[in-house]
Amino acid sequence: MKSVYPKEDVCMACRLCEVACVVEHSKSKDILKAFKKEYPRPLSRTRVEEREAVSFSVQCRHCEEPDCVEACITGAMHKNEEGMVLVNEERCIGCWMCVMACPFGAITRDEREKKKASKCDLCPEREIPACVFACPNRALVFEDR
Amino acid sequence: MDYIIIGNSAAAIGAVEAIRKNDKNNLIKIISEEEYMVYSRPLISYLLAEKVTTKRMYFREKDFYEKNKVIKLLGSRAIGINCDQRYVSLENKEMIKFDKLLISTGGKPIIPGIKGLKNERVFGFTTWSDVDKITRISKEVKEGVVIGGGMIGIKAAEALCEIGIKVTIVELADAVLSRALDKEASHIIQNRLKEAGVDVITGSEVSEVTVKDSKVVEGVILKDGRRIRCDFVVVAIGVLPNIDIVKGTNIKVKRGLVVDEHMETNVRGIYAAGDVAEGYDSITGEDRPIPIWPLAIRQGRVAGNNMSGLVTNYPGGFPMNAIEFSGMPTISIGITDPKEDGYEIIKKTDIKKGIHKKIIVKENRIVGAVFVGEIDRAGIITGLIKDKIDIRDFKKDLLYGDLGLISLPKGMRMERLESA
Repeated sequence: MKSVYPKEDVCMACRLCEVACVVEHSKSKDILKAFKKEYPRPLSRTRVEEREAVSFSVQCRHCEEPDCVEACITGAMHKNEEGMVLVNEERCIGCWMCVMACPFGAITRDEREKKKASKCDLCPEREIPACVFACPNRALVFEDR
Repeated sequence: MDYIIIGNSAAAIGAVEAIRKNDKNNLIKIISEEEYMVYSRPLISYLLAEKVTTKRMYFREKDFYEKNKVIKLLGSRAIGINCDQRYVSLENKEMIKFDKLLISTGGKPIIPGIKGLKNERVFGFTTWSDVDKITRISKEVKEGVVIGGGMIGIKAAEALCEIGIKVTIVELADAVLSRALDKEASHIIQNRLKEAGVDVITGSEVSEVTVKDSKVVEGVILKDGRRIRCDFVVVAIGVLPNIDIVKGTNIKVKRGLVVDEHMETNVRGIYAAGDVAEGYDSITGEDRPIPIWPLAIRQGRVAGNNMSGLVTNYPGGFPMNAIEFSGMPTISIGITDPKEDGYEIIKKTDIKKGIHKKIIVKENRIVGAVFVGEIDRAGIITGLIKDKIDIRDFKKDLLYGDLGLISLPKGMRMERLESA
């Protein structure tokens, strides 16, 4: 299965991946509306880590044997037939067992309304995930490895 | 080939899913005393607090059993195992033959020797039916006492508090959650409990539940003579492996059922998984029951694989829990409060802000962690524990700034990101 991989040597922490992710997961899919008009503003599911000159964008690895799925007490976190790790938001109750289990720190607590786990869904409506598409430096690639 | 599973919770589901990957056809039967389809036990406090509906209690979709061709014998109590003639006896005298058997009977609540516990207003807090019983009286009662300030007791107290009941927790140790957390974390949680209106009495014990008759509780008397008025009592001291089923068999028992790396007991073809089993603790190196949901799933899956011919080793596991009280998220992993020498502690604590982050290190490897208030990306630490990573080169960076993969050396970080 194709997944998103960060390349830290060419990441410059511009955070356009985060912007693109927010827009993609907004209602309007419009950059201005997503940031200025939608409340609560969608969360980015990729996160740029930055310290001095080092930076890279981290998102769900869609693990072969996901620790988050094993830890989930509601059955919300699951692996679909194609191998994507997804969260069924209706089932999720925000207990944060998955946050505790994910070795990449790739699951965010969404506390905007009801507490829910938030993570990369590989942009189901796109061929190439929005973060990869937006990266000006190819510091995120979408590949089958 | 008949696969029989006693129990219908996390370990059983892990086993069914593993078996069905390797064996599409042979018979699987699940025997369970409870009538419910598989539900999430950790959610019972959410059910009591009306934060989940009954529909959301179910851990799998309705068609789970049908899809996996599982025959369910729910509401049937297994009372014995004949290891030589290979059958399980049920209370209704039926005998169910097996080729491979999984014992996943879970835990059973510890009932202390306190006078007055046999009363309709004294409840446990481990099953859906416990919550149903409490819900049935919740409108008529005002005050409750929870005996035990561990994970189960705190969750029960939290839920009761949310439905408007005045709760007092009585805990034997000198702090709540003393087994799962450390002093600072317990302190923060205890403050939160008090702010939410829960009374916490530590270093004390209930010696008697005073009753009017078998249906009415009047209060409790503590060891020191103090009296607390209440309308009902919840006993939440903890659970022990539910090993009743193996009485009279040769299956080896310590605290729980003894298993090898395949989750097989000393009797060939009979496996055990979940809260009833003594799984391998990969931090301490001992075999012991660690009654948490994720490990029950993991052990069930390993047992299921081995039962259906795919040899799989249990990699081990360690205690870990995420709990939240009044918006204070808390995570505890592994050894959280070492009493002996030889441990190094890295921490960042601000009790006033309710933030406490602590990593416990032994011989350059992380063996435990506590996160209160700020828990984001705590899983990175879980991963380092699981993989027994030598952290000597970046130990100091771990709690510097935000927790992140950026604290790891580049090579290690790239390898981890690539290898998922």
